[in-house]
Amino acid sequence: MTDRDRHDRTDENRREEEAQLRRVWSNPPGLGYWTSVNNTQIGLWYGSAAFAFMLFAGVLALLVRVQLAVPDNDFLSADLFNQAFTLHGTVMMFLFAVPIFEAVAVFLLPPMLGARELPFPRLSAFGFWSFLLGGIFVCGSIFFNAAPNGGWFMYPPLSTDPDYSGIGADIWLLGLSFIEVASIAAAVELIVGIMKCRAPGMRINMMPLFAWYLLIVAGMILFAFPPLIAGDILFEMQRMFDWPFFDVTRGGDPLLWQHLFWIFGHPEVYIIFLPAIALMAMIVPTFAQRPIVGYSWIVLAAVGTGFLSFGLWVHHMFTTGLPQISLAFFSAASEAVAIPTGVQIFVFIATMLAGRVIFSVPMLFGTGGLAIFIIGGLTGVMVALVPIDWQAHDTYFIVAHLHYVLIGGMLFPIIAGVYYYYPLIGSRKLSDRFGKIAFWLMFAGFNLAFFPMHITGLRGMPRRVFTYPEGIGWDWLNLLSTVGAFVFAAGVAVVVIDVVRPKHRQSKGEQNPWRAGTLEWISEPEENWGVRSIPIIDSRYPLWDQPGLVDDIRSGRFYLPHAREGRRETLVTSVLDAKPIQCLRVGGTSRLTIVSALSLGGVFVALTFHWWITGVLFGAVTLAAILAWLWTGTNDIPEKPEKDVGLGLTLPLYISGPQSVGWWGMFITMVGDGTAFGSLVFGYFFYWTIHEDFTAGISGPGVAWPMASLAMFVAGWLTMLLARWVNEKDWTVGTRALLIAASVLTAGGGIAAFAGPWSFAMDPQAHVYPAIVWVLVLWLMAHAAVGLIMLFYCLARSLAGRLSAAYDMDLRNVVLYWHFLTVTAVTTLCVIGLFPLAR
Amino acid sequence: MPPTENRPRAKPHLPLFILPFCLAGCSGSQSALSPAGEEASSIYLLLIVTTCGAAVIWCLVTALLVYAGRSRRHVYSAGAGQKLILWGGAILPTSILCLLLGYALWLMPATRPWLTNNETSGFRIEATGEQYWWRFAYRDAENGISFDTANELRLPVGERIRFALRASDVIHSFWIPSLGGKMDMIPGRTNFFSLEATRPGIYRAPCAEFCGTSHALMAFTVVVMEKEPFREWMERQTNLLRPRETEGARLFARHGCAACHTIRGTQARGRIGPDLTDIGARQTIAAGTLANTAENIARFIRAPHAVKPGVKMPAFPMIPQAELTALAAYLKGLQ
Repeated sequence: MTDRDRHDRTDENRREEEAQLRRVWSNPPGLGYWTSVNNTQIGLWYGSAAFAFMLFAGVLALLVRVQLAVPDNDFLSADLFNQAFTLHGTVMMFLFAVPIFEAVAVFLLPPMLGARELPFPRLSAFGFWSFLLGGIFVCGSIFFNAAPNGGWFMYPPLSTDPDYSGIGADIWLLGLSFIEVASIAAAVELIVGIMKCRAPGMRINMMPLFAWYLLIVAGMILFAFPPLIAGDILFEMQRMFDWPFFDVTRGGDPLLWQHLFWIFGHPEVYIIFLPAIALMAMIVPTFAQRPIVGYSWIVLAAVGTGFLSFGLWVHHMFTTGLPQISLAFFSAASEAVAIPTGVQIFVFIATMLAGRVIFSVPMLFGTGGLAIFIIGGLTGVMVALVPIDWQAHDTYFIVAHLHYVLIGGMLFPIIAGVYYYYPLIGSRKLSDRFGKIAFWLMFAGFNLAFFPMHITGLRGMPRRVFTYPEGIGWDWLNLLSTVGAFVFAAGVAVVVIDVVRPKHRQSKGEQNPWRAGTLEWISEPEENWGVRSIPIIDSRYPLWDQPGLVDDIRSGRFYLPHAREGRRETLVTSVLDAKPIQCLRVGGTSRLTIVSALSLGGVFVALTFHWWITGVLFGAVTLAAILAWLWTGTNDIPEKPEKDVGLGLTLPLYISGPQSVGWWGMFITMVGDGTAFGSLVFGYFFYWTIHEDFTAGISGPGVAWPMASLAMFVAGWLTMLLARWVNEKDWTVGTRALLIAASVLTAGGGIAAFAGPWSFAMDPQAHVYPAIVWVLVLWLMAHAAVGLIMLFYCLARSLAGRLSAAYDMDLRNVVLYWHFLTVTAVTTLCVIGLFPLAR
Repeated sequence: MPPTENRPRAKPHLPLFILPFCLAGCSGSQSALSPAGEEASSIYLLLIVTTCGAAVIWCLVTALLVYAGRSRRHVYSAGAGQKLILWGGAILPTSILCLLLGYALWLMPATRPWLTNNETSGFRIEATGEQYWWRFAYRDAENGISFDTANELRLPVGERIRFALRASDVIHSFWIPSLGGKMDMIPGRTNFFSLEATRPGIYRAPCAEFCGTSHALMAFTVVVMEKEPFREWMERQTNLLRPRETEGARLFARHGCAACHTIRGTQARGRIGPDLTDIGARQTIAAGTLANTAENIARFIRAPHAVKPGVKMPAFPMIPQAELTALAAYLKGLQ
């Protein structure tokens, strides 16, 4: 900081800057408030909605417990009971556990990283509205007796049976696919935000642990959710068009769903668990009043957990009759994941031992949660041993285990986080007294409810039974569980009361009441701008180690203290070293996000009820809204190439290619997309391996058409590379001509891909072989179609004079898409065209 | 397992033999914690070992957590903390888990010998899961054994019995907690496994994989018998003779029951519903749902859905009460 800068900071100067910032970051008045895209609002709405869904699912659980309180009860009918437990699991997993972490991350990350905003604020808003709509759709179904009823993992053939599952299964598949889209959007946002928007100087080894964990979790979402989306596609194709992916009479196999579901489902557990541990990693150092002990240990352990979690899924399938050698392998991997988990717990214990612990409500919930979680972890070690699982699988022992893991490892830390971070919402703390009452009710109630279930399960009670006869030895155990569930619910109610009770009489506390060391505590609840000025960081706990930091930030002595051009701006830094490289202008308040989320929701709802025309109309609206959003909100050409961001630093306002956030957004999205595609290819080879002759004598798509298609896709890709090169030379006409050539080649490639299975009259309803070939071809064609839209978009930008050598982000991102499209095309066409020859 | 204690004298007439095991509901024991089979016993031991180990570990870690949370205590150095992470978080769990895994992996093939298709040529029981009941087929090509039954399994003590498990509609799971762990029944696949009972008695076995509306009402009874009575029972089943025409059999035919049900030795040869050949001798009816009395049989025929929602069997409100009573008595008499 130079003397001149210090000198400039007169009071008047500051007030003027603050007025600018306030104006730029303000929300529209009245109903327009809901068009806000600011991370603070989105985070709060997201979190409140997720909590509301949690309470709803909790009520369902209480209904389930009432039904099971006594033998031969008829409080709920069998059918309603089956809907209730399915919806309970589904809502808790998809509408609470995953979104709550997205909510916390959207809320906390910008100030924690020292950023004004995440790089794609409108994407966060889009994700939130998608989530809300999808969630209401899924939850509402039970009031029409149309909720999914096949259990939260929806095993076919039960859930593909239209007589049994009715429309509920479609609501599950489509409603959740919609929410999965929102989760992937959040993952893209978080990864790019954490990698590119950290405050200058916050090198990757100085990131707060919360950011590390979220980076890992977002990466896991990117590889875990797409297999489920692929599974959902196969599942819905069977339900909607009778393509026999899981029908054994036509070559399908129900086990493929189990593989795809659990390749998603097990990482999902860690996707839920790690962010909660991340909250602990913020809370424990604060109350131990010292930096975390073993920063590298805990980061490595979290990364290790993330990797291992993808190699465990078969432990959900130990009783399906797989060869014992694979059971042994997955058993070993499942045991191994206990090691990084143990490391993380011991990091917390070591940090506490090496500091002086102030024991407050967040610590109470945190350590109480750990004590519960450890029981869940230990029973996890037990059921990961194959023989124990043979007995315990699908019994109340598992119900107990998973609730010990999820409530101890996720819900308690989340409540700890609510008590810890609540002052960031309104500068007031929650009540200590309420917190303690809530904790003891929840802790006692939880153990009373779930500990007996271990015994009930080993005494032979299967999960998902709506009733049981008396005299088997389950009667009093179940009654205890029901009583415990209500005590636990009372504890949750106390938390809710504490959060919603009016607090205006309570005086506002200090800004950083727990004297924490991390940057999120500079956030000012009354202001929307996140951080007043973007600081330079040189410590893991800057508020402890950098004296005067808060004051310097608040008085605007760092980067971007103003918003002279009236735009929302934040800094983009380099991935590893966090060197400032760009002043990024992010999107502001917009109705387009709501319109596109609602219309996309309309597409899914219309598909559920087979209203094809409505679906197409909603699809068109969605497409128009997204194009308008892109056109008006992205790749904005600045009025000047550079800007003085303060402290004598001038940064470009526009960059493209691998340094830009847009490029990263596209790259990460396409990695997720590629994973979904990979899962479909996995399906193809899965059928290949389980059948002697997978083709069942049915003709394939031949070689000629797929190879013709392949040639055109590759030629299209080369044309795109050429277009990028020509554009760099600023030859506009040449670029346009090449873009048109590429679009012709791509369209031709798509048509040729279609012609293969079409000319051999492959009937997807006849057998699984033509069905999986058609799915791969349709996937490729859909991607080619999206590519064409992108090409025409670039062409339009060029005609509008917004594509040139200097401003080429659109084209570079589309070329990046083309790399992935080409990999998809080459893989698809070689698999369907050449692989049958290798038989 | 001491073979002679608490064991009733084996008799050919089952109801007497069963009595000492019967509680009020006469549903038999259904617990992994009172093992009566080879597999269940070795898993029980593993469970005890791991539970004790888990309890010790939990107490130690929680004690450490509570101690660390106390305000007045020695403050340790960061270096000591790092050591604690290394030993407590990494080395100790790794060694314990290696030992445990070794034990469990060694146990697996011993507990559940891997059977291939051709090893199942001798005596075996083919069990098929149906919504919401169990079809059992006793097969032994070499000794000419081939008969079907439903919802009640009889097994000899001390012999490893091989099972071929299938499902006709959706996924079910075959699980006799007292004898061993479970194995899924998956449409389109056949899973093989084997069980060896070590203690005669009556055991209850629920379906363990959610299979639809009445998943909770899908169980079967396992009667583990001494070898000799078991052999006699098999012989009787194989050479069953019945009088051709009784009033009950005529009613059974007239109301169309035979379209779905088989009663061996009569004209009733339906394959859709459970085999009723010895229904009178079974512990329960409707796959473990009701006690086996003539009244319950009549009640079930009258309105099966009231007892078991989602069941495939149609209701018979039109049968005159007198005929229904006669029909139920006929069925109860099939022993």
